[in-house]
Amino acid sequence: MSLTVTDLRVFYRTLRGEVRALDGVSFAVADGEILGLAGESGCGKTTLGKSLIRLDGRMRHAGGTVELDGRELPIADDRAMNAFRFREVALVPQYSMSALNPTRKIGRMVGELLRSRGETLDRAKLGSRLDQVGLPREVLDRYPIELSGGMKQRVVMVISTLLDPSLLIADEITSALDVSTQKAVARALLGFRDAGHVRSMVFITHDLALTSRIADTIMVMYAGRLAEKAPAKVMTEQPRHPYTRMLVNALPEVGARHTGRRLTGIAGSPPSLLDPPPGCRFRGRCPLADDGCAEQPPVAEVAPGHHVACWKA
Amino acid sequence: MLTLDNVTKTYRTGALGGKAVTAVDRVSFDVRAGEVVSLIGESGSGKSTIGRMILGLTPVTGGSITVAGTPVRPGRAYYRSVQGVFQDPFSCYNPIFKADRVFRLIKETYHPAVPEDEWAERVRAAVCDVRLNPGEVLGKYPHQLSGGQLQRMLIARALLLDLKLLVADEITSMLDASTRVDVLNLLADLKARGLAVLYVTHDLALGAYLAERTVVLWRGAVVERGPTEQVFGDPLHPYTRRLLAAVPRLHAPWEEAPEVRSCLYHDKHHDMGATGGLAEATPGHFVACARLSDCQGDVS
Repeated sequence: MSLTVTDLRVFYRTLRGEVRALDGVSFAVADGEILGLAGESGCGKTTLGKSLIRLDGRMRHAGGTVELDGRELPIADDRAMNAFRFREVALVPQYSMSALNPTRKIGRMVGELLRSRGETLDRAKLGSRLDQVGLPREVLDRYPIELSGGMKQRVVMVISTLLDPSLLIADEITSALDVSTQKAVARALLGFRDAGHVRSMVFITHDLALTSRIADTIMVMYAGRLAEKAPAKVMTEQPRHPYTRMLVNALPEVGARHTGRRLTGIAGSPPSLLDPPPGCRFRGRCPLADDGCAEQPPVAEVAPGHHVACWKA
Repeated sequence: MLTLDNVTKTYRTGALGGKAVTAVDRVSFDVRAGEVVSLIGESGSGKSTIGRMILGLTPVTGGSITVAGTPVRPGRAYYRSVQGVFQDPFSCYNPIFKADRVFRLIKETYHPAVPEDEWAERVRAAVCDVRLNPGEVLGKYPHQLSGGQLQRMLIARALLLDLKLLVADEITSMLDASTRVDVLNLLADLKARGLAVLYVTHDLALGAYLAERTVVLWRGAVVERGPTEQVFGDPLHPYTRRLLAAVPRLHAPWEEAPEVRSCLYHDKHHDMGATGGLAEATPGHFVACARLSDCQGDVS
């Protein structure tokens, strides 16, 4: 078992109280597994990704544990986490431009980064990784501004995985890219997993169609909690949670026309997490909700590997 | 309603404006009343520049744009019938004022003579037209509303004018999957009132869902245009095929784009001037020469 998260709670401190952005989430990612994390904005998917590598100043670890390869990650202790960052847990952020130093050529920057971690640069390894993501080796002699968005994203991917981390967190890395570049970046991620450069991966995105192409398992979150987790194929074809069903129904496929099957959105908006209502958090928007939903539904395994948090599933 | 004829836009760049970059290259297409046309392209394809030129936000370098027979003339009379809605709804509202102030500004600028109670009734009707509940959105601050609600209020604002043409530039790309469908369905319904909509997007699935006709842009030039069913069902240009193959699908693996080695319509392309370099493959379905535009290379 590569990554095990148990009842993780991370709150944001604000002047008006604590925002319960991540409110008791448990899941596991196996060796060689890519977990796709999906949901609307504000569902806690980015908070979850950040908690696995670095809590920023506003975030408070309010409970729960994260275990990676049998060792507990000290996520609340910024300093102690340093031993794990880059070597065991690595992050590819959404905006690769802000992750690269604009005043350094890529090659020099990679060297400096590795030295700061007490490692030496293995040029042959770096070269072969660049080949793998389809980048020419000349990028090492270029400044970040000379690269396109997709190239920068792939450079950051190569840098993040240079020390062969156990877990890679990819947070919305394709959202700012065009479809053809998106495909290349997604394929490069798959290649890294297949070559064993990273053992497991958490791929965060709001795009269910893209997740379904690369993830083995998809986990859908809603308002800080797990709604449904299932193998990718099951999730797109037989979702059980009403929220996941409505989300899949709201996705236009290429070729679908509004004059044919008309898609429907989900009315309403997610509840405020400052003081979330008791019970199921999707209750206010759910067509199936009744009085029983005033009690919080437990996450139940309805089929092997298929977990749903809903009384009606 | 809207006609673009050989529209070209070049930007001056470099230290003294010595270099010219062609952002839009001899683009021609039209949008009829009661029709949605989607303009599809990747970043840098010139799709937003076209939208900005139609709205008079940037001048054209060559060619002509006409709306209902009259050329683009930015001013009150023009914006009465032509309006734009853009990507980021949050930046269109002043956060210190209530969101419905956008309606008030329309009244002050365009309809100062309308009595207050009649205006309030018109606002309520427009808000209902975009399928919002007036009680839920009027009198609220922007941060109290969702992106989808704000975006629909901007469309309601445009409906308070004598709107004939709406330029919708990436209006759903910042919205969640659960709310963007409502905005798309709304645009589809607005056609019924005879509105012409130019839907600018990089998302092929959304463009296909909405539009009667599709225009595919590549590096500023049209590579293919025609009825949506034909462009998506039977794409002729290798760039369109590659683009379609790259779209992730929910229920099917990624396709590999078929290699196109020669242009089937090469002999139809010899007369570059008359059709803007496009050959008419089937009635209404135009395609650029695959040999002329070297798009087999890596554009990422």
